[in-house]
Amino acid sequence: MDRRAFLRGLGAMGCSAAAFPLLNTMTLAAGRGLPGDHRLVVVILRGAMDGLDLLQPLGDADFARLRPNLGTGEGAIPLTNRFALHRSMDGLMPLWQAGQLGFVHATSTPYRDKRSHFDGQDLLEAGLDPNLPGAGLAEATAAGLRREGWLNRMLQAVPGLQGETAIAVGREALPLLAGRAPTLSWMPDQKLPLSAQGKLLLEHLYHDDPLFRDAAADAVMLVDETALAAADEDDDTGMIGGMMAPPVEAPAVRLADIDALVDFAAQRLRADTRIAALSLGGWDTHRAQAGAVQAPMLRLQRIVLRLRERLGDPVWGRTLFVAMTEFGRTVAENGSRGTDHGTGGAMVLAGGALRGGQVFGRWPGLAEADLYDRRDLMPTSDVRAWAAWAMRGMFGFDRALLEGTVFPGLDMGSSDPGLLL
Amino acid sequence: MLALLAGPDATATAIPAPRGPEVFPAIVATFAARRARRDAIRAGTPEGDELRETAAVVRGLAIRAARARMARALDATDGFRERLVRFWADHFTVRPRVGPDQPLPGVLIEDAIRPNLTGRFADLLTAVTMHPAMLSYLDQVGSMGPNSPMGKQRKRGLNENLARELIELHTLGVGAAYTQADIRQLAELLTGLGVDSETGTVFRRNWAEPGPETVLGKTYGDNGIEPIRDVLNDLALHPETAAHIGRKLAVHFVSDTPDPGIAATIGRAFADTGGDLMAVYGALLDHPAAWAPELGKTRQPYDLVLASLRVLGVTGAQVLEMPEKTFRHHLLSPMSAMGQPWQRPRGPDGWPEEAEAWITPQLLAARIAFAMETPRKLVPDLPEPVVLARTALGPLADGRLLWAVERAETRPEAVGLVLASPMFNRR
Repeated sequence: MDRRAFLRGLGAMGCSAAAFPLLNTMTLAAGRGLPGDHRLVVVILRGAMDGLDLLQPLGDADFARLRPNLGTGEGAIPLTNRFALHRSMDGLMPLWQAGQLGFVHATSTPYRDKRSHFDGQDLLEAGLDPNLPGAGLAEATAAGLRREGWLNRMLQAVPGLQGETAIAVGREALPLLAGRAPTLSWMPDQKLPLSAQGKLLLEHLYHDDPLFRDAAADAVMLVDETALAAADEDDDTGMIGGMMAPPVEAPAVRLADIDALVDFAAQRLRADTRIAALSLGGWDTHRAQAGAVQAPMLRLQRIVLRLRERLGDPVWGRTLFVAMTEFGRTVAENGSRGTDHGTGGAMVLAGGALRGGQVFGRWPGLAEADLYDRRDLMPTSDVRAWAAWAMRGMFGFDRALLEGTVFPGLDMGSSDPGLLL
Repeated sequence: MLALLAGPDATATAIPAPRGPEVFPAIVATFAARRARRDAIRAGTPEGDELRETAAVVRGLAIRAARARMARALDATDGFRERLVRFWADHFTVRPRVGPDQPLPGVLIEDAIRPNLTGRFADLLTAVTMHPAMLSYLDQVGSMGPNSPMGKQRKRGLNENLARELIELHTLGVGAAYTQADIRQLAELLTGLGVDSETGTVFRRNWAEPGPETVLGKTYGDNGIEPIRDVLNDLALHPETAAHIGRKLAVHFVSDTPDPGIAATIGRAFADTGGDLMAVYGALLDHPAAWAPELGKTRQPYDLVLASLRVLGVTGAQVLEMPEKTFRHHLLSPMSAMGQPWQRPRGPDGWPEEAEAWITPQLLAARIAFAMETPRKLVPDLPEPVVLARTALGPLADGRLLWAVERAETRPEAVGLVLASPMFNRR
């Protein structure tokens, strides 16, 4: 019996029986969800991350010319003959060397020309091609397609799915997971100050309003489970500490919120959750980018390192981490030592399941004729295709489903790019 | 409602809030103190308290503005005006980028939004766009024409941010027919517009890109403030703008998915009158859909806090006199937890409208926590819960709610149930 049916059942019994089981005694049915044992963590980088700053094409002669201040390559760490990693991400180098870090460069959703964050994020999370008939901005909004995320459409194909299979972490809405398939969302430190009787009465109060009823049921469950898990972790820290990577050093940016999110996600992923999504903002660097990118990069790095630490080797070994952004930024610096909204960008990949140590994707070059609209990095692949191949490799979905339903109209291309081990 | 709105802004007169001339020097002083402190640290000389003092002044101004906004909303006899202020403040979102900017969203409201609330949209748009708060938030202060004397000398160029959001968010809307070239040309046209720390908004001729620019098919000649006023006026009168504003008003005031008729009616009133806002509001209020479906919207956290204070009998004067710690801890912090940190939406598109964005497990848990814990902290003698339910909700206080309220074990929990109820969280 699924949780919501269970709750509805309670409601149908009527609330006069004060002795019926309270919500906080509810237990979860284990493990019905995605096939296999893989974990997928998706991070939406909001604000259009500059892939050219993250992964600097120092081997491309035009780079320094177009970016007199931002393209000096100062402190960047060489990865390949062409690309160097921004120095703020240097903590990831052990993962690169271990083959557990990779990137896709010059990639983008099919969204073109408008360069609006909000539109771009909507399409990234909805997984739609705005050029596809019926998926254009107005039509898709009318059809409700844009209110549904691609991860949710994938989950809809899993029979008997449990809500806890996929979870959105953090206060912000994550349309990526929104839709008809049951998912959870939670902010780990949220308290719910209610007496047992208060919970019961609230459930009664929310009974006829599905939006409030389902959100409250999830909240009650998560509060209780988070409290239990916190107690567990306190007990076995010694053991976990022994098998994990050394602690991450703490630079002078705010990381406590990130740590709380990652710890919560990791706790769920070590249990029944197979997919976790969160978002990280701060990438809209119209001015003074050299300073402005440091905090979001350090926070992104922290997410990866902390996740690895908290998952522990066995789970990390079956995890793929994917960070994606709505579009890239202009190739040339703007007038304020920043960059404006562009097209082609980059994805960050990590995890023990990744065939890492490489930069995926075809590099188009930065000569003026090679740019998109003479200003942006030319996208040579579709962000959605990488995500689709990852889901195929991890969970075994077939191409027809991925190209027809999850990402309507997507062409995954003829061959598997080999993201996974 | 319209007659009251057409009259003077009595609420703002009764409860004043900080305006630009008071705020800008404080912000400038704080930035200067930050620089001085950085230099002192570099030079190894002991630092003074100047930064702490100036920062406290700025923080104080921001808190005063926040209190005034809430006090006005609680005390106003002209509630529609206060709702419109909230709507336009969100439409023209600015958020502080760094600490010293904290008072800017409030100042934009005082200087540009309230005085233009009932006039022409073009005047509202122009006042907002030219205000230092917007110029700073959307990076116009750093944009130079690449071929301007200063651009060449400093080897600097355009910043497209203001131009893009002007078209995409403030006027035509993202679905409209415009191109990257329009954005670029508008950005060029806007060059020269900037902020001077002493005098506010300025036009710097030697920053302006030379030559005419073509935006949406119309060419604007010469450099100067006049072509910028012209393009703002044209953007304000664009048919797509009328449709966009009509849609937004219908979604904000009526329903997440409004009857298309009402959006079209408001848009038509906008188009027919050249953006006369009183006519636009009239079209909204006259439409039957504005009155028909009750509870078509979920209250955003700020509205929920205001509604809660109102039914608990907290007055504007009490908010103005509340110890700062109480104000922050019991009013501002819960809004953050409910997903609406004070004046800090994620981006320039402002807060989401749809119920699903606000009623998620974690955000609903925060609403419940606010409902259960805050009333008793603010009001020593909590009202009788059943009476509260009836005053707060009238006929919406149905059997389900009263059944639950009567069975609560404590009075705070009974009050909390009213404030956490779906009826009270919708409007």
